[in-house]
Amino acid sequence: MNNISRIKDVLKSFFAEIGELSFFTGRFFKEVFKRPFEFKEFLRQCYNMGNQSLFLVAVTGFIIGLVFTLQSRPTLEEFGAVSWMPSMVSISIIREIGPIITALICAGRIGSGIGAELGSMRVTEQIDAMEVSGTNPFKYLVVTRILATTLMIPILVFFGDAISIFGSYMVENIKGNVSFLLYYNQVFNSLEFSDIIPTTIKTFFFGFAIGLVGCYKGYNCKKGTVGVGIAANSAVVYTSMLLFLIDFIAVFITNIFVDI
Amino acid sequence: MSTEANNTEHIIDIQNLRKSFGDNCVLDGFNMYLNKGENVVIMGKSGSGKSVMIKCLIGLEEPDSGTIKIMGKDISKISTDELNELRTEIGFLFQGSALYDSMSVRENLEFPLRRHTKKFGKIKDTTQLVMEALENVGLAHAIDLMPNELSGGMKRRIALARTLILQPSIILYDEPTTGLDPITSKEIILLMMSIQKKYNTSSIIITHDVDCARVISNRMILLVDSINYAEGTFLELSTSKDPKVQAFFK
Ligand SMILES: Nc1ncnc2c1ncn2[C@@H]1O[C@H](COP(=O)(O)OP(=O)(O)O)[C@@H](O)[C@H]1O
Ligand SMILES: [Mg+2]
Repeated sequence: MNNISRIKDVLKSFFAEIGELSFFTGRFFKEVFKRPFEFKEFLRQCYNMGNQSLFLVAVTGFIIGLVFTLQSRPTLEEFGAVSWMPSMVSISIIREIGPIITALICAGRIGSGIGAELGSMRVTEQIDAMEVSGTNPFKYLVVTRILATTLMIPILVFFGDAISIFGSYMVENIKGNVSFLLYYNQVFNSLEFSDIIPTTIKTFFFGFAIGLVGCYKGYNCKKGTVGVGIAANSAVVYTSMLLFLIDFIAVFITNIFVDI
Repeated sequence: MSTEANNTEHIIDIQNLRKSFGDNCVLDGFNMYLNKGENVVIMGKSGSGKSVMIKCLIGLEEPDSGTIKIMGKDISKISTDELNELRTEIGFLFQGSALYDSMSVRENLEFPLRRHTKKFGKIKDTTQLVMEALENVGLAHAIDLMPNELSGGMKRRIALARTLILQPSIILYDEPTTGLDPITSKEIILLMMSIQKKYNTSSIIITHDVDCARVISNRMILLVDSINYAEGTFLELSTSKDPKVQAFFK
């Protein structure tokens, strides 16, 4: 009996959370077209986000490319299919691994940062102070951040993909002595628009999800310093789950269209 | 009724204010008014709803019922633009200073100036106004510091400067001396009094500090049991026989 009521509570709060998040999303779309557009703050956010995570994305991208190639090379060698290496790398990295890894890293870096920053601004009444100063804090803080992640994550993914493929090339160069130009040539030859366009669209949704959940958690932060920690932490957890969900849906939809 | 007749003179008039959060009824029919040039001190236990009351007043919280009139305007009946215009006339000193962490002192002070464009138009050079506000609180040298480089007392002063920069005619202080040492508290109180004299402002001051209440108040209101429980001058209340009132002056 106790267990059942506990499950009930969990489900109730889960659906309440989804409801509130949808409401928050609705508010974003209502306010995004209203004046004034806080363009300066938007640019500042873009710059900060890029600045914070560029190095991280580069390092992980490089290592992923390197390791991925090292690990799959022996298998391909067994079948005598090493020449397939570039196309395999490019397709798997650009379609799947690059976007999801970069987005997860950014969820940890940018999403939690937004959650903590807005959370502490809420707790210390800075958001209230903004409203009293004649500024709509939702526009100034939330809309700019969501737009910034929506724009920056795709750019960071692009960047991460490129570095990743470079990491893969390093392995191929050492093991198989391929030239840089030839390798990149092969990589791009194996790509089609049907690889690039869906994955790029997907990354915009990733970016939107990271900004949205981070802002939602921070903006509605509970009072007290504990609240800030919870906001930052749950921002990362929920975003990561949401990223995989979006990924699944995106692949599902892409498959339908590719089959046709 | 006499309060009705005098309504035009009250720059702030709160009637029958009710506000609850879920089952927690914080305000249950709170009344008060503020005359021009007057300093009203509001005292109440921690968690009694003083901050909630003052946030309803400035439109940060929406009351469940009751009317709030500022300079004759019912704030629940005006548009966001009108509300923002009204807010330029009201300074709000937040409980914890609420300086923007990510901005320098100068940017903190410029923020309300650049935002309330209706009152000031587009100001190109804000330096002079910023300096004047900082000089008022004796911290002109701190202009390029970040909030995390300031002490608690300095933060409170900068927050006061940020409030003053819009030259408001009403200032709302939410526990201006809480969390400060006695000496700094006294400095802040003196500062509040000098500002009052210089700009001829009216103010509502929320405080626990009996000394502060004594020197600054023209009239006091005690918020007890979710209502304006007792009202009067410092002398009247401090000599009251009611134990609930006496408790504040021990
Ligand atoms: N946003 C809120 N949500 C729920 N409860 C709140 C909120 N703000 C204040 N309260 C509750 O209202 C009561 C009064 O709070 P407050 O006005 O901050 O007290 P104080 O008189 O110390 O300033 C407290 O019990 C607090 O828990
Ligand atoms: Mg308070």
